[in-house]
Amino acid sequence: MDELLEILNELHSDVDYGTCETLIDDKILDSFDIITIVTEVNERFDVKIPATELVPENFNSAKALWALIERLDEA
Amino acid sequence: MLFTSYKFIELVLCLFAAYYIVPRRVRWPLLLVFSYVFYWLCDPKYLIFIGTTTVTAWGATVLMGRADAKAEAYLKANKENMTKDERKAYKKRLASRKKLFMVLCLLLNLGILAVTKYTNFVIANINTFLSKGNAIRAVDLIIPMGISFYTFQTMSYVIDCARGTCRPEKNPFKVALFVSFFPQLVQGPISRWNDLSKTLFEGKPFNASDFGSGLMRILWGYFKKVVIADRIITGVTMLISYPQIYTGVFVFCAMMFYAFELYCDFTGGIDITIGIAECLGIKVTENFNLPYFSKNIKEYWNRWHITMGTWFTDYIFYPLSVSPKMLDLSKRSRQKFGNGVGKRIPVYTSCFLVWLTTGIWHGAAWNFIVWGLMNFVVIMASQELEPLYAKFHGRFGLKEKSGYKVFEIIRTILLMSMIRMFDCYRDVPLTFKMVGTMFYKFNFNRLTDGSLLKLGLSASDYYVLLAGLVIVFSVSLYKARKGTDIRSALRGKTALAGFVMAVLFAVIIVFGAYGDGYDSSQFIYNQF
Repeated sequence: MDELLEILNELHSDVDYGTCETLIDDKILDSFDIITIVTEVNERFDVKIPATELVPENFNSAKALWALIERLDEA
Repeated sequence: MLFTSYKFIELVLCLFAAYYIVPRRVRWPLLLVFSYVFYWLCDPKYLIFIGTTTVTAWGATVLMGRADAKAEAYLKANKENMTKDERKAYKKRLASRKKLFMVLCLLLNLGILAVTKYTNFVIANINTFLSKGNAIRAVDLIIPMGISFYTFQTMSYVIDCARGTCRPEKNPFKVALFVSFFPQLVQGPISRWNDLSKTLFEGKPFNASDFGSGLMRILWGYFKKVVIADRIITGVTMLISYPQIYTGVFVFCAMMFYAFELYCDFTGGIDITIGIAECLGIKVTENFNLPYFSKNIKEYWNRWHITMGTWFTDYIFYPLSVSPKMLDLSKRSRQKFGNGVGKRIPVYTSCFLVWLTTGIWHGAAWNFIVWGLMNFVVIMASQELEPLYAKFHGRFGLKEKSGYKVFEIIRTILLMSMIRMFDCYRDVPLTFKMVGTMFYKFNFNRLTDGSLLKLGLSASDYYVLLAGLVIVFSVSLYKARKGTDIRSALRGKTALAGFVMAVLFAVIIVFGAYGDGYDSSQFIYNQF
């Protein structure tokens, strides 16, 4: 989780990822950010996030994103 | 058939009357009949194209549905006998089969779109390349109205079914209505099955408040189209048709006039579409969210032609960016050029391809391709300059200052309007040349020598346009401040709402740009 927070902080250091659950709904993360996260996750965790998983529910919070990474890693 | 033609208005009025007379279960079939009548009245030949798209999309998705059902039954029956890896391999085979149906359907339909829209563009370029005039003759092809819109909408349904985010519809007539729903056939929005189908087939009971609200939106759309867009188009046409005369400050006028015209034309058309749907109890996705209040170009593209933007994001930008090849390219770039470049490669490569495709989608001309690429360049530049902006804003505490916000909004409007000049002039070099004259030819005195009254616009036309601008701006400002449109404030206030509608109707009748021999202009986005 710490490594994921590091990725997110590199994108927007002014966001409290511990509490924010509206990263997409409030347009804090845009499509460029999402792709950057996907490439970073692929690079650091060796987990490939397919296009079908690029939906707001998976990116609205750090927690949801971490759950996605864990789910894909187990699959 | 134009939204502004009597035939269209008669068709809509007949639909309203018939829709609420027939039982609820036959309302959607009635809509299908009206949609096909509309398209047939435009040109009976169009029906072959839209019919092909419908049948192939329905066929492909039904086959996907059958494959899914068969697989589900097989996996259930063999739950105990299969290992996890075997199940995984079976699911993978199923996904490939669905993908095959999807690819075949996409190839056929995008092929039709490409052949009808781009054959002559390709021929013209081959001739230019060979420097042989008309070595290959142009072909006389039919371009069905709204083909880009309905093809994209239908393909989104096919892709979503293949991805499993959408349930294939077995009834071919329901698919036919989704593809052909006539108010949005002309210029969008590009709806998604999961959104539109919720209300399209429901046949909601009549609700006077919703109907009145829809009617008001239709009138608002007509106001923007016939009072503003169809009036100002005369001036725009004149200014761009005589580039040798209208240089410098006149190019700036053309730029601003066209920005106003396009906004009123396109949003007006969408208002009419959404208004008609609302009158029928159908919810169509919004396509605009105050685009001229955007503070940067990225925000602008999140607010302008929203359904096209999300289509390109969901079906081109994301799949391309996260494709194994792109991730591999990113990995190799990181190794070679470092993290900074490696991170940017997938985003920028996909973004370039998206804007190239967006340009091509808008029209078969180099103007549109360059327009798309200009958007790409500006977006990339602003993305790269973001850290610098942040530093600058932080140092001077500008971000929260309202004056600076207004500056950002004006800057975005000017930038977008300038890029949009590629829509106007006949070719790319001329556009660059004319836009260039704004920066060195300071003929401001021509604004007061009566030249503006020789553009086919009289002084009273300018007064009407100015009043129109004030009204459109005020209504937009209301929405920006309150977060909801002005119609919500009028809900329940029957007398006031009735008065507003009567005034709008009177203004359209009195100030609408028609007269002897008047032929309403096509909606600009019809051609796409």
